[in-house]
Amino acid sequence: MDEIRESLLKQSKASRKDQFGRAISFSALALIVIVVISIFYFVASKGLATFFSDGVNLWGFLTGSEWAPSQVGDNGKPLVGAAPMIIGSFLVTLLAALIATPFAIGTAVFMTEISPKRGAKILGPVTELLVGIPSVVYGFIGLSVIVPFMRAVFGGSGFGILSGAMVLFVMILPTVTSMTVDTLRAVPRHYRESALALGATRWQMIYKVILRGATPGILTASVFGMARAFGEALAVQMVIGNAALMPHNLTSPASTLTSVLTQGIGNTVMGSLENNALWSLALILLLMSLVFNLAIRAIAKKGAM
Amino acid sequence: MNAKNADKIATGVLYAIAGIVILILAALLGYILIQGVPHLSWHFLTAPASAFTAGGGIGIQLFNSLYLLLITMLLSFPIALGAGIYLNEYANPKSKITGMVRMTIEILSSLPSVVVGLFGFLLFVVQFNLGFSILSGAIALTFFNLPLLTRSIEDALATVPDLQREAGSALGLSRWETVGHIILPAALPSIVTGVVLSAGRVFGEAAALIYTAGQSAPALNFGDWNPFNISSPLNIMRPAETLAVHIWKINSEGIMPDAQEVSAGASAVLIIVVLIFNFSARYLSSYLYKRLTSTK
Amino acid sequence: MTEQDMAALNLDAEQPTSNIYKMGDDQEIALSTNDLKVYYGDHLALQDADLQFERFKITSLIGASGSGKSTFLRSLNRMNDGVANVEGNIMYRGLDINTKDIDVYEMRKHIGMVFQRPNPFAKSIYENITFALKQHGIRDKKVLDERVETSLKQAALWDEVKGDLDKSALALSGGQAQRLVIARAIAMQPDILLLDEPASALDPISSAKVEDTLLELKDKYTIIIVTHNMQQAARISDYTAFFHLGKVVEYDETRKIFTRPKVQLTIDYVNGNFG
Repeated sequence: MDEIRESLLKQSKASRKDQFGRAISFSALALIVIVVISIFYFVASKGLATFFSDGVNLWGFLTGSEWAPSQVGDNGKPLVGAAPMIIGSFLVTLLAALIATPFAIGTAVFMTEISPKRGAKILGPVTELLVGIPSVVYGFIGLSVIVPFMRAVFGGSGFGILSGAMVLFVMILPTVTSMTVDTLRAVPRHYRESALALGATRWQMIYKVILRGATPGILTASVFGMARAFGEALAVQMVIGNAALMPHNLTSPASTLTSVLTQGIGNTVMGSLENNALWSLALILLLMSLVFNLAIRAIAKKGAM
Repeated sequence: MNAKNADKIATGVLYAIAGIVILILAALLGYILIQGVPHLSWHFLTAPASAFTAGGGIGIQLFNSLYLLLITMLLSFPIALGAGIYLNEYANPKSKITGMVRMTIEILSSLPSVVVGLFGFLLFVVQFNLGFSILSGAIALTFFNLPLLTRSIEDALATVPDLQREAGSALGLSRWETVGHIILPAALPSIVTGVVLSAGRVFGEAAALIYTAGQSAPALNFGDWNPFNISSPLNIMRPAETLAVHIWKINSEGIMPDAQEVSAGASAVLIIVVLIFNFSARYLSSYLYKRLTSTK
Repeated sequence: MTEQDMAALNLDAEQPTSNIYKMGDDQEIALSTNDLKVYYGDHLALQDADLQFERFKITSLIGASGSGKSTFLRSLNRMNDGVANVEGNIMYRGLDINTKDIDVYEMRKHIGMVFQRPNPFAKSIYENITFALKQHGIRDKKVLDERVETSLKQAALWDEVKGDLDKSALALSGGQAQRLVIARAIAMQPDILLLDEPASALDPISSAKVEDTLLELKDKYTIIIVTHNMQQAARISDYTAFFHLGKVVEYDETRKIFTRPKVQLTIDYVNGNFG
């Protein structure tokens, strides 16, 4: 039997190396999956304890308007109504996205259709840069610029939902803008040319052709911005005033899920109801980020059809 | 209103929006730099913080941020590299399981960083008894960093043409050898960009750290480089407040009289570091690319 | 391909198997296939390929795009693993190499391949050739130097690059890069060299150089080449197999295929009536 024949039937060094590499790289990937699963497992098991071990009513938790987990209400049950924070979170998020999206679309259209040269040279790099600015910096600016401004205009302390929404608006604006720019750029060149060739004005071309074609992408950008805003903790916590009260107007101190979490988790004892109730808030955050994720997927699927 | 007028009005409105946005963005950058840069000095960058009096610096926080970044990168790069390689080189792109794994990674990237921090607190600080420490913080930041870094490494690998993989196969090299010696070097410029950009993100992250690396910065003895001594800068079991956490901390509960100035200075440092990361990502990438294709 | 297509093909070709040339007993066979079928998913891309390749000869595989010739070639050293399902036997040195027991990496050291587009590594010219050798355990600098020189000479590239061995291979022209890739393949000292349209991306002068190189290499290697270019097949190959719609229609000595083919389909193709 010749040597080559023999070597063909034996496992070569190359294939041993390959098995090794495959195993190593697979374990790295598996590790990431395990991390995600354990995040969900641990947060869920802590967050659900409020309802299962402490016997808090889920509906009461979601709709109750008084948040004072260390106190007991008239009915003898602990006061864990998370509605103020849930409403606070949704309000800042929606307001921020509502302001940011038109600005982002306008800027993106300006950058791609009206003045592509200046857009690429100045606005492009600046937005890219601002995407990378840490959120505490946004919080600090909110605290030193937006809060005093709100105080001067609306009176009161200046802390509140509106300040939070403004900080988030500025924070997500670069992200939403740069994502919108990407979708607008993806609209094929010949759409533009054929619209203009048919005698459409530039605005008609933008409005009827470009924006229509880019709608799914713009929606994705907007939802992505909302997801970031909803999950942002410190920037909001610094300007919202941190009062776990039902918000009655936009300029009085309020709180969000994240702000209560960052403040409270260090000041409560592990395993106590106060602590578990906070983990329930974390669970809501986790589930909402899943919802945003699914929404983005659904939009992408619809857009692809 | 006819189409021409509508066009004019719309163009005007778009100019106005773009103008406002440019103004906001410029004011943002300008404010931080104008407020912060005058406050920067060698003393400010190196002196320890002071809790009750003015004139404190950010030396320890700056060191902590950099050290934590280094440990985080040491932990997350190999994992992200392995995962990226598996996803791009080995996984069957059509299989359902691959799709689910990708979705899992995407979910991790969209989790609020405060939740990732709380998970790190629960599991590592409390359960595994690591306490508020650089190690706990680095692990939390690793989780925060993994999805994006994995994604960018995977994308970098995907840009290397399949021709190179075929060339390796046809020479009797295994996929692993081809990846290690051919594909990775070719993808290096984009991998470096991804790593440096993610470093910028990690550097500025605070929410994941306040309950993992902690909010206190004990004094360090910069003459003691034995990583097992508690006051050694290299000790990974000590609590370590970073620059970003410091900004948050002094603004929400700081009582020092010059909190505003210190925050402005620290913010300026954060932004300048992020800027440096951004530029060096671009520079390094084009430098590596040139070297790779150079004719010497 | 649908069943109707297959039926039509059978009618046209009358009895295609009878037109397949069989080597005599006195000829040494380097590689042969037996009932080779290739599926992409459910799609049968190649069927009943029974071919024998004679040692130290050049065999051309010709046919229109989608005829299965490249699929066939890529199956020979199992480059289709993980892409397509290959059934049937591929006999090499008395072993069926289309089985799980065969170490593919080891096998590809002996059955090398060159692709349509030049694919040099982003390394120096010298390292392009030595890299795989080093991975396979050859460390002796003298041996490596010698392999680089002989393979580059065999690939007719030595005179053009001998002063620039540490320059990046990416700086070479398309034709030079393709000859470097051929040199890289023969530096492994394979038995068999598979080439998938190696000259189709090149200009005529480079293409002619590659052809000359192949004729030189014939003394030492068994060469199987897929080509679109019928003049090229006629010029360089000893045997030619004509593929059509996933089947081998005719396989014979090259001069017979180009002068007196037995099957009408081959006549049509060779005369440029389709393809």
